Amino acid sequence: MNNSATNDKNIKDQKQHKVHDPLFQIVKRDGMEWYKALGIRLGAILIALVVCALVLVLLTNMLGTPYNPIKIYKTMFDGAFGSARKTWVTMQDVAMLLCVSLAVTPAFKMKFWNIGAEGQTLIGGLCAAICMRYLGPALPDFLTIPIMAVACIISGALWAIIPAFFKAKFNTNETLFTLMLNYVAMQIIRIFIAIWVPTGSGVLSRIDNAHLPILFGQKQLLNILVVAILTVIMYIYMRYSKQGYEISVVGESENTAKYIGINVKKVIIRTMAISGAVCGIAGLLLVAGRDYTVSAATAGGMGFTAIMVSWLAKFNPFVMPLTSFLIVFLERGASEMASRLRLNESISDVVTGIIIFFIIGCEFFVNYKILFRHSKHNKEV
Amino acid sequence: MNNCPAIELRNITKTFGSVVANKNVCLTVKKGEILSILGENGSGKTTLMNMISGIYFPDEGQIFVDGKEVVIRSPKDAFKYKIGMIHQHFKLVDVFTAAENIILGLKNEKGFDIKKAEKKVREISDKYGFALDPTKKIYEMSVSEKQTVEIIRVLYRNADILILDEPTAVLTPQEAQTLFAILRRMRDDGKAIIIITHKLHEVLSLSDRVTVLRKGEYAGTVNTCDATEKSLTEMMVGQKVALNIDRDDPKDPCDRLVVNNINCINRDGVQVLNNISFTARSGEILGIAGIAGSGQRELLESIAGLQKLNSGSIMYHNPKTGTEEDLRNKTPLQIRELGVRLSFVPEDRLGMGLVANMDIVDNMMLRSYRKGHSVFVQRKAPAQLAEDIITRLKVVTPSSHTPVRRLSGGNVQKVLVGREIASAPTVLMAAYPVRGLDINSSYTIYNLLNEQKRNGTAVIFVGEDLDVLIELCDRILVLCGGKISGIVDARNITKEEIGLLMTKSEQGGAK
Amino acid sequence: MAAFSLIIAILCSAIIQSIPLLYGATGEILTEKSGHLNLGIPGIMYMGGISGVIGAYIYEKSVTVPNPFWSIFVALMSALIGSGLLALIYSFLTVTLRANQNVTGLAITTFGTGFGDFFGGSLTKIMGDGGNLQLAATPKYFKASLPFANDLGPVGKLLFSYGFLTYLAIVIAIVAAIFLKRTRAGLHLRAVGENPATADAAGINVTRHKYLATLIGGMIAGLGGFYFIMDYTGGSWTNGGMGDRGWLAIAIVIFATWKPIMAILGSFVFGGLYIAYSYVSPMFASLPNANTLRPVIQEAFNTLPYLVTIIVLVITSMRNKKENQPPQSLGLPYFREER
Repeated sequence: MNNSATNDKNIKDQKQHKVHDPLFQIVKRDGMEWYKALGIRLGAILIALVVCALVLVLLTNMLGTPYNPIKIYKTMFDGAFGSARKTWVTMQDVAMLLCVSLAVTPAFKMKFWNIGAEGQTLIGGLCAAICMRYLGPALPDFLTIPIMAVACIISGALWAIIPAFFKAKFNTNETLFTLMLNYVAMQIIRIFIAIWVPTGSGVLSRIDNAHLPILFGQKQLLNILVVAILTVIMYIYMRYSKQGYEISVVGESENTAKYIGINVKKVIIRTMAISGAVCGIAGLLLVAGRDYTVSAATAGGMGFTAIMVSWLAKFNPFVMPLTSFLIVFLERGASEMASRLRLNESISDVVTGIIIFFIIGCEFFVNYKILFRHSKHNKEV
Repeated sequence: MNNCPAIELRNITKTFGSVVANKNVCLTVKKGEILSILGENGSGKTTLMNMISGIYFPDEGQIFVDGKEVVIRSPKDAFKYKIGMIHQHFKLVDVFTAAENIILGLKNEKGFDIKKAEKKVREISDKYGFALDPTKKIYEMSVSEKQTVEIIRVLYRNADILILDEPTAVLTPQEAQTLFAILRRMRDDGKAIIIITHKLHEVLSLSDRVTVLRKGEYAGTVNTCDATEKSLTEMMVGQKVALNIDRDDPKDPCDRLVVNNINCINRDGVQVLNNISFTARSGEILGIAGIAGSGQRELLESIAGLQKLNSGSIMYHNPKTGTEEDLRNKTPLQIRELGVRLSFVPEDRLGMGLVANMDIVDNMMLRSYRKGHSVFVQRKAPAQLAEDIITRLKVVTPSSHTPVRRLSGGNVQKVLVGREIASAPTVLMAAYPVRGLDINSSYTIYNLLNEQKRNGTAVIFVGEDLDVLIELCDRILVLCGGKISGIVDARNITKEEIGLLMTKSEQGGAK
Repeated sequence: MAAFSLIIAILCSAIIQSIPLLYGATGEILTEKSGHLNLGIPGIMYMGGISGVIGAYIYEKSVTVPNPFWSIFVALMSALIGSGLLALIYSFLTVTLRANQNVTGLAITTFGTGFGDFFGGSLTKIMGDGGNLQLAATPKYFKASLPFANDLGPVGKLLFSYGFLTYLAIVIAIVAAIFLKRTRAGLHLRAVGENPATADAAGINVTRHKYLATLIGGMIAGLGGFYFIMDYTGGSWTNGGMGDRGWLAIAIVIFATWKPIMAILGSFVFGGLYIAYSYVSPMFASLPNANTLRPVIQEAFNTLPYLVTIIVLVITSMRNKKENQPPQSLGLPYFREER
């Protein structure tokens, strides 16, 4: 009888034994040195950037205005940092995306798949617009603005508590619920605009009351500062607060949470309230600090992009500025490319998509290793 | 019918790393015969059967089916040789009907006709006397119905050799009797049946022959008609092994935890705890022995506040204040807030006692993070505790910031036990604390438990190795099918006596 | 009689509106039945639309007189290949590389909508033609209904006045229902989505089923975008024109409690809500502030599909009836060695 044909090294974990020994076997890693993981991730981004450059080179060639990769990235860089104004706008975009990313982080850390940040942000923004319209003319700004801020935070939190409550109570699928709430939020905004704008144009013009203050003559500065502070607060909350610790425990193992007496339902609802409250702040900054108006596109898909930003940063608030910057840089750079070539702006989404595919894919090599089985000793790759 | 056995194993050996699960095991089963495989927990019964059903592959030895040597590498191969195994944990899709589950994965039948399949299921049911509605959904079924589905699934594939892994563990005595009647009918139909069990009365009433395994080794085969409960127990537990675990006499024991007539019915409607009453005393180690799944987990979890009880009380005598508190149906947090210093080392170390992805320091905090009024966690004390445990218990780890999932089993357990005793508990419960540990780590754990006992803690130790229970504990409570079948003095008892209590038949009655 | 023909007209527009949703929903149901929540469906629908347009555009450009058969064939094939490729990226990332399904799906949607809008806006420029994208011939073939449809009176109009993609959508939904309910492969697929470990133990190739379901589901959803562009808009692309139809398709999956036959009904209801407003608004004409009220009511109507979906989702989870729940392993990666 031939025993050498089988190699049952890892059999303890392996419930099933294959008829033909597979060529390779995928095994979960025990953990990887941080520099190796970083290397893999940076490598993936690099490959992705090369691929994007190739796509753009090909495109420019088809258009008869060939660019080489260096020129492409220089153009993209100009798009993001070409002038002081562009730099400020880029910074503000990074800050806003970062703000929403911070918002989804606690929920994700808890493994609550909140993809409703878009809606939570919009509801916050809508509340800001309501306060600006109705309170703005009646009260002085120093009264309106605090009321507005509180209203935004509370409304965002309430919008997030709805799915959390049903999750805690009936185990309603939170991904689908929050997804649907996004569109309800958009529709609520459209209804308000329809009420406010009798012409039926569906566009609400600039509201001239109760703008957030402009610091040092730089409109974007306040938003950036607020988000910078939020980032630090969120880092501290997640890393050092008792509630942040409870979130990690619930996310890692509900059994353990119950064993040490954590009220899991309470933590779910509380965490989502925080998530929604930060979205509410994002809505406030977007409406009262950037656009001075509101529309269904105010959040501009950031609620979805933020999920990728947060996930790419492994839910670490201090890494999120980088991932958020990467996405914003690509968006602004690609739209600069588009305008130079008189092409459609959507190329930025294509480029972003490609980059994210690579980063998502590389996580596999951080978390798993492939063992080849043809040699006597399992070789690690 | 020819005379050669339906299946024969010769000198099967299987090792997992350094652990020998089966060593030179031989057995034969004839057609039209029921063979019991008897052994304690961890004696290698299931591993052996998994090698016949293609889940594991033996390191050494031969398997013969119908007199021909065969190689079984996968469940598919086993199926080819008409071998079917009914596992302890059912593999069924909840929202499917019985018939849908039964035909799942079959590819060799032409077409897809669920009605035909249902008809065939009915035929099989009628033939052997099962009561199963093939159109019933699994989630509407009782445990015994689910088991029926598993058995019919095997029969549907024309299996001639059936292996049942502890089939009665989840059944009521009446259901077990029904199953036995069916198994006898199958035997009369010419099937070869292997049943894994550790209930002696079942062995004696059902099987034709018994093969006994002891710690992975073949201890012999006897005809059931020549065996008695006593002779089988002796074969199963073997000679006493001296372990030389220290044991002091309890110092001024007083009642700490008085459990009074608690009952618990689980979600499947099975009574997992049946009128349990006992007292745990300070300065004493109370051992809990029993076949796996006799209610040990539910008992500990109900004391820890993780299991709802249907009736009874769990009175805690607070040594500081002298007051009494009923812990029944309190949450773990409420229990702590009452000032009860209760520690619990659960069976599922990484899934319940610890958070696998967190480092040692953060795992230390699980018990203590609520301390103080600050909204922030205090990591200084837990870090100190982590360092203490690492040095005192000789935990092998790169640092206190290593995620615990990267530690070996023994080190994980030291971290967990270390944390649980750090809060100077008045009651310490430990479920299978030395399972999977090497000798040195095991002795570290025994010493820690003894130290707690000397400090006046009431220690409750759930174990599976009878030698350890007898040498370590002061008293031993034996559970059998959710009931107490005896509370004995560990200093004056033999393994055989405990073994008999553990396998005491339901009809024999407790106490 | 006027009321009757109005009703017919309403039903016809509801059907036209429902077809992209039905394709998307059927595709997503197949995908979700394998345990994969593909939030990339909106992107895949865009991809199907734009790939079909690109194929048709190149074909029309390369011949002087387009042949109806080849027009249809080339456009259809490009749509299937385009959406199939994007679905394949999704399955490779989530099945083989075990990436988070939500993140991957959202990335697919970002990429797909971007790809669609980019080429929709720039294709003519890239091809050196300039001007707005408008297919000349191909959409005609897709819009062609039976020649005698209009002679059959209102009922004939209701039943026969659509291009073949409309009927294909319904056929695919019915076939999907039969496949899931009445075939062995469908049973195996459902087992994979419910409990991959059990399916694996029963000898079902989990990976293959997941790949095929996400791939074919993606291609079917791609046809939704393809229908929208070829039939509904008649071959012209407007940026973001498909709107939130992709997400509505996902909503219908919940509304239909993962049953393709119910998805036909759901698409029809949601499609009806899309256009219901324009038929309801005359009722408000007599009100004093009708003009101001009209857009408000319109938006309120557009909210209904999402509200209804949420209510269905909540009610099914409250009733907790097993048949109406999402597939049990929806969203979870399967790794055999992890058990």
